[in-house]
Amino acid sequence: MAEKLTEPNFLPPVYFISPFGLFFHLQNLPPATIFEKIWNEHIVYQEPGGPSLLYIDRHLVHEVTSPQAFDGLREKRRKVRRPDLTYATMDHNVPTSNRSLPIVDQTSAVQIQTLAKNCSEFGITLFDMKSPDQGIVHVIGPELGLTLPGTTIVCGDSHTSTHGAFGAFALGIGTSEVEHVLATQCLWLDRPKTFAVTLTGKRKNPHAVTAKDMMLYVIRKIGTAGGTGHVLEYRGDAISDLSMENRMTICNMSIEAGARAGLIAPDTTTIDFVRGRRYAPKGEHFEKASEYWESLASDPNAKFDKSVEFNVSSLPPQVSWGTNPGMVADVTENVPDPTEYSAGNENERKAAIRALEYMALDPGTPITDIKVDRVFIGSCTNSRLEDLAEASIVVKGRKVSPSVRAMVVPGSQQVKLEAERLGLDRIFREAGFEWRESGCSMCLGMNPDILSPGERCASTSNRNFEGRQGSGGRTHLVSPVMAAAAAIEGRFVDVREWL
Amino acid sequence: MDTDQIVPKQFLKLTSKTGYGKYLFYDWRFDSEGRPRSDFVLNDPKYAGRQILLARDNFGSGSSREHAAWAILDYGFRAVIAPSFADIFYNNCSKNGILAVRLAAEQVDYLFENHDQDISLDLPNQTVVAGNLKASFEIDEFRKKVLLEGLDSIGLTLKLGKEISAYEARNRVAPPT
Repeated sequence: MAEKLTEPNFLPPVYFISPFGLFFHLQNLPPATIFEKIWNEHIVYQEPGGPSLLYIDRHLVHEVTSPQAFDGLREKRRKVRRPDLTYATMDHNVPTSNRSLPIVDQTSAVQIQTLAKNCSEFGITLFDMKSPDQGIVHVIGPELGLTLPGTTIVCGDSHTSTHGAFGAFALGIGTSEVEHVLATQCLWLDRPKTFAVTLTGKRKNPHAVTAKDMMLYVIRKIGTAGGTGHVLEYRGDAISDLSMENRMTICNMSIEAGARAGLIAPDTTTIDFVRGRRYAPKGEHFEKASEYWESLASDPNAKFDKSVEFNVSSLPPQVSWGTNPGMVADVTENVPDPTEYSAGNENERKAAIRALEYMALDPGTPITDIKVDRVFIGSCTNSRLEDLAEASIVVKGRKVSPSVRAMVVPGSQQVKLEAERLGLDRIFREAGFEWRESGCSMCLGMNPDILSPGERCASTSNRNFEGRQGSGGRTHLVSPVMAAAAAIEGRFVDVREWL
Repeated sequence: MDTDQIVPKQFLKLTSKTGYGKYLFYDWRFDSEGRPRSDFVLNDPKYAGRQILLARDNFGSGSSREHAAWAILDYGFRAVIAPSFADIFYNNCSKNGILAVRLAAEQVDYLFENHDQDISLDLPNQTVVAGNLKASFEIDEFRKKVLLEGLDSIGLTLKLGKEISAYEARNRVAPPT
């Protein structure tokens, strides 16, 4: 008998309790995808012909998108329904330099203090700037075992899709919805459609061609609106071969394909990762929960509304050249010509012309001729231990190019500590990288880590939008090993030649 | 058009819901000295006071920041028409009483080409009329009702408190250990 969630006295889903229910479940339900199973399991109320009210198992909160939600609760004298299922941290605004110094930017400081006050007033657990568990919300959720298979997870942040790597339905929401979840622990949703993204093939050099390259390639192929209204399920041997950290990189960027969420069915890799984490179930309960988690995989005959398949065995490293995450090329290619790129779509052509103008790139320029001023290794996409360890292999014994300023920003205090235990900080520092405190840092320029106008950055983050890393800054999205190699050479290189 | 362009990150540090209109499309509207850019459409006096924003595909992509919807509303827009919207932004619009209308790309092209024509938007009948264009648009009944009646969706959900408690009891929803 399978167990659904995580708690010591947690009973199995209701249909398992009655033998007739079990019979009904096995005999009569049509084949379902993992997403449909999780969805059905969380329906609290169904509006006839309308949206469903879904129960939310975990609500993660950060300082930027929550203050107005707490104000809304106060105005209406409402409480947080389940403070025990709500966890908060500070990540977007926090400086990544010396934590013992006060925050210079007063508006950031106010936002951070506001979160602390709100958490204390409403009884929410907060991992604040001094906590050994502080970090990017999408790094610490999995790290602490708050992120579990089969659950529904929301956060006022579009990259909540990251948690889908565990086989959870995890989605970003706006502030009004944050307020709604705080007050009701539920969310109204129209059921998204399903989209199977199957990746097959053994990568020839998995150290040089990473999950980041696979995902940039997927977005390049299906487009930044390719997943709109859908939940992507990543499948295939190239996905099941991936570590949890790499799976998180894939699911993280589901939103860059426009998707409502992205997920990967739990397997032994998932279960091994979750076992022993602080908030994960323990002992016998864990074993029962694991059985349930493994039962969640999409049924063999489950139907998807859409599907694509790509073979990644000879995929080269990917580099973005434009101002949206679908504007991507192989490292071996040239900056494209807008007319060829747009394939006859006038709006696309105009967008590509504007992008190249913003990026100060000429069509036909080899990607490996593009010089960079800054390198950023970090963000909820690529700041976990494995990302840093892989990048350190490229860096070890080499020096950062004198024309480049390079920084490594671990995703959490735990990642930082573990990396330091392994001596990774020394490798980066000796090469000339800055080794920083954990936070969102230069992914979105809300804290002191920003690009100056015109600066060009090789970044392991997720968005290359105009001004994302600082007004006038130019972002190229790459993997951690590609970013590390760009720091050394001062330009993009095909890191397959180094690894 | 991503939400980083609609409201750049430097304006997300406020803890209020109002006052974002002056930051709408900030880096497109103003140069690095903060002077209006003459070539940006919102800086053309003839468009002052318009209430419908016309946009292209995948409007509001990227970040979940509701500040984007707050800025559009605070600037004075009541509705946005585009061929498609990003999911989170579309929801954020309806939570703030902004009508986001999806029309076919050719219909949006027509509105761009004839942007001096009055556009009348009829939510109860789900129609858009402008010059020779008479189009209907889709919106789900629930969202339409909330928009038309200005309902407090949290208040509505709290009326389902019994169902929520029953779900919690049935599933033994307990805190992580």
